[in-house]
Amino acid sequence: MPLIVQRRKLTWSEKLYFPAILGGFVITMRHFLKTALGRRSRKVTMEYPEEKWPVPAGYRGAPTLVRDQDGREKCVGCQLCEFVCPPRAITIQPGELPGGSSYGQVEKYAEKFEIDMLRCIYCGLCEEVCPEQAIFLQQDYTFTGYSRKELVHDKQKLLELGGIEQDKIFKWKNSGDRL
Amino acid sequence: MNEAILFLETTPWALHLLKIMVVIGGLLLVVAYTVLAERRICAFIQDRRGPNRVGPGGLLQPIADGLKFLFKENVLPGHVHKIYYILAPVMTMVPALLTLAVIPFGSSLASVPVVIADLNVGILWIFSIASLGVYGIVLAGWASNSKYPFLGGIRSSAQMISYEIPMGMSVVGVFMLVGSLNLMRVVEYQKDIWLIFKQPLGFLIFLVAAFAETNRLPFDLPESEQELVGGYHTEYGSMKFAMFFLAEYTNMITSSALMVTLFFGGWQFPWLDLNQYNPWLVGVLHMSSFLFKVLLFMLFFIWVRWTLPRFRYDQLMALGWKVFIPLALANILVTSLIITIQTPHF
Repeated sequence: MPLIVQRRKLTWSEKLYFPAILGGFVITMRHFLKTALGRRSRKVTMEYPEEKWPVPAGYRGAPTLVRDQDGREKCVGCQLCEFVCPPRAITIQPGELPGGSSYGQVEKYAEKFEIDMLRCIYCGLCEEVCPEQAIFLQQDYTFTGYSRKELVHDKQKLLELGGIEQDKIFKWKNSGDRL
Repeated sequence: MNEAILFLETTPWALHLLKIMVVIGGLLLVVAYTVLAERRICAFIQDRRGPNRVGPGGLLQPIADGLKFLFKENVLPGHVHKIYYILAPVMTMVPALLTLAVIPFGSSLASVPVVIADLNVGILWIFSIASLGVYGIVLAGWASNSKYPFLGGIRSSAQMISYEIPMGMSVVGVFMLVGSLNLMRVVEYQKDIWLIFKQPLGFLIFLVAAFAETNRLPFDLPESEQELVGGYHTEYGSMKFAMFFLAEYTNMITSSALMVTLFFGGWQFPWLDLNQYNPWLVGVLHMSSFLFKVLLFMLFFIWVRWTLPRFRYDQLMALGWKVFIPLALANILVTSLIITIQTPHF
């Protein structure tokens, strides 16, 4: 059975086009006025650099290093993140810590810790692998610069971006007393 | 100041040069800001924001666009017919600018009429030059040596030639009433009553034909981005494309100016007898009245573009030949009958 589409005969006023055209004008003018006067029913476009989407929890942004609330760098320079990093964005040069401080049991620290943000793929494996909870992926996702060098975050920059992580355990603190 | 005016009055070529420079400079400015207005208004109609970054509220966007066009690499595709390909934008741009020569922008400033050329055959000049514009578009379509521009060129030739006929016939009524082809006379005739009230049908036909002649939606078949990838200017880039763009908007301005001149009283300032004021003030008021009306028409062009969908090609042709030409003829007939009845010495 072929399907026969019924085509209604247009009435006289419909053939004139004008009522339909006027209707169209009314619709577009309504949208124009709503948007132009700022009474937008549905705000769609964001003014991007000034307004940003709320970043959802668990978002994997830039990897950063953190300190605890005593100000100690949590990284112990074990290089696990460097080894696990799929694009090899992380470069660590570990150094030896002198004994005698309240954190004296920590033998190593990162003399140099660099993340090349042009290589980083924001996979989060560094955060996952870190035994010290020293590296975290934050919410920042926009890094721009005028040179490649600018986009290699060194240790100072990473610590600045990371801020302070509230440590509940203080794994190394006073551990010398317990031994 | 007085010496400068005296110099201009005694050396007509300098006066004309000045008028031409002012008109072309003003024209380019208006074109640039019409493009911005078009982008902002279309954005608002579609619940978007539009360009708002360059300068306060995006007001410097046209300058950025112009600079971009000027500095772009001048690409010449390998498959085009070179001479005609380069010639086409010029042939579109020049007629667009020439038609403005006879438009009266105002009454007079310091006893100088505000029109570049006060021709006795003003409207004939406009129609004859405007019909040259189609050659540039056809040439562009053909010289690009590529499928889509070719289709655009073919469409434009058929469309623009078809709609020139109702356009020309729709204004016959106006000139029968006025009794002169000079556009200044037409404006002076509308001192008491605008011609739209005497020639409503003529205005309607002229309006629709103007949309077809300027390739604006709902009759932008030569361009039709969605089907023809830009139509006749698909193969063009940088300043050559910008010239097509300028020509399109210049044509819009000419059409608006013509509609204002023929049907909406031109530079006449309604409801006010200005004769007792300073002639300079009156001249400026007349000019601003004209420019204001033209700007309203430009906004109308933009509004229509973002409201109506494109006509199908056969619908466009049927509308032109089967509706507007008979209507225009009927308009001429009725107008001439009324004039004949009202003329006492007949």
